[in-house]
Amino acid sequence: MSTRGSPTVHRGSHTAVQAWLLLLPASLILLAFTHWPVIGTLWHSFQSTPKGGRPPVWVGLENYQVMLDDPVFWKALVNNLWFAGATIPLSIGLALAMALWVNERIAGRTFLRMAYFTPTVLPMIAVANIWLFFYTPQYGLLEQLSGALGFGSHNWLGSPSTALGAVTLVAVWKEAGFFMIFYLAALQSLNPSLREAAAIEGASRWYFFRRVQWPLLMPTTLFVLINCVINAFRMVDHLFVLTRGGPDNASTLLLYHLYEVGFSFWDTGYASALTMVIIVALVGVTLLQFFVLDRKVHYR
Amino acid sequence: MSAAPSQRLAYNAPTRLDTLAAWLLALAWVLPLIYTVWTAFHAPEYAARFVWNAPLTLDNFARAWEAAPFARYFLNTTLLVLMILAAQLVLSTMAAYAFARYEFRGRDIVFSLVLVQLTVMPDLLLVENYRTMASLGLIDSLFAIGLPYFASALAIFLLRQTFMGIPKELDEAARMEGASALQILWRVYVPLAKPIYVAFGLVSVSYHWNNFLWPLIVTNSVKARPLTVGLQVFSSVDQGIDWSIITAATLMTSAPLLIAFLLFQRQFVQSFMRAGIK
Repeated sequence: MSTRGSPTVHRGSHTAVQAWLLLLPASLILLAFTHWPVIGTLWHSFQSTPKGGRPPVWVGLENYQVMLDDPVFWKALVNNLWFAGATIPLSIGLALAMALWVNERIAGRTFLRMAYFTPTVLPMIAVANIWLFFYTPQYGLLEQLSGALGFGSHNWLGSPSTALGAVTLVAVWKEAGFFMIFYLAALQSLNPSLREAAAIEGASRWYFFRRVQWPLLMPTTLFVLINCVINAFRMVDHLFVLTRGGPDNASTLLLYHLYEVGFSFWDTGYASALTMVIIVALVGVTLLQFFVLDRKVHYR
Repeated sequence: MSAAPSQRLAYNAPTRLDTLAAWLLALAWVLPLIYTVWTAFHAPEYAARFVWNAPLTLDNFARAWEAAPFARYFLNTTLLVLMILAAQLVLSTMAAYAFARYEFRGRDIVFSLVLVQLTVMPDLLLVENYRTMASLGLIDSLFAIGLPYFASALAIFLLRQTFMGIPKELDEAARMEGASALQILWRVYVPLAKPIYVAFGLVSVSYHWNNFLWPLIVTNSVKARPLTVGLQVFSSVDQGIDWSIITAATLMTSAPLLIAFLLFQRQFVQSFMRAGIK
């Protein structure tokens, strides 16, 4: 095929076939395991769970009614909002602080960067084992430290009041270093003459951060924020090791509850309804990013 | 200008307070890991006791290795990440090339449909994907763990960006010499996108080495179980509370990535950065 001087390389009906053939394998996988399951989830959320050879029947909104009446769902939802509300600002704040430090000529910079980033490459299951050991009553390092300072023993993962906080801390530990590198990349791409100008003006450090660095980092913050939100609904691996959602559902999260309903109780109809809730939440966040936040973050 | 260099260095330099805070945070960050390393490399009687000259041992690793089929788990995980990566690279390269260099009706719609996977990940669609795998008779196989991830929206996105940045003259010159579309893709585009392949490869391997929930659901025996699921089964069922063995097993499963990271830190950080910033 010749292009007849067109600026685009491949054009015309013959090459359209070629393009579709190139797209075919990836599209089939995406259709089968992303798009079709979303439709299937919606469909099955209106169906009863097949039991003892009885085929599923249309039940309308019954699964959603069950959800509204399910105290564990409400517990998981509230927990998830707490989990998100705590991990998001903590991870972003720590990631930013880490990046600001590591970006400067600070003593031991290489070690610091390595220390902050290492949790990112560990499997969450391994991370959870490490922290389970750290939190263990009597035996764990936390207990030894607090014991040395004269505090009494506390079962961090076993008490309803601290279990959620304990698993939140693990999530922050795991993801802060990951987000640090995006801030670091953004800081390194800032024009050095901004800093020189600020120095000549005699601007204070805080003023320089608040008025120059922070606004210029806004697109990065948005990117990190979206990923943080998605993670808040997706990170549940550590619950399997640390608390199994307990005690008394004190630390359960939506995806963990979905796992229990779908694969411990095998109630697929209700599990589909729960999946829909998570999908709607995530799609909502993404749309919010596209249509609202994207317009506001760019510095005039 | 002449005064600038010294002034620039002094201005905004980290204060002692900064250095102290940065180090305290870093120590807090590595403390759980160091505690684990300590326990894994010492005899059980030193598990939670710090004696300066406690003898080091590899005994815990040997015991863990024998207590569960970790060799099989390592093999499973290795095959799994390689299978997923190979499929992702081939499928995404083809799709990205179509998006970057062809014009056809519906291209933008199809592309935005691809991007849906960035938000609605297979990790969340557990119930339906399990149903599909069951109807295909694939439950409890490595293929079932990998299949939903064979097409990666992230890889397609990154490669499309890269391919679009490659000058079209190179493409045209190759076609003048009679190369076919696939030959051009292989000889012109793929070599020029090498850094992106490396970056995506590292991200993909780390992700699937560490992935847990979907493999947990779709496997139920040693023959298909990857390391993460094996570790969880091992430490929750088999071992009670023998921390020496559990910490050793934990480090063992993380070791390949951890060692690779410590050796190629810069490459890792840059790869994660490249794959994240779009």
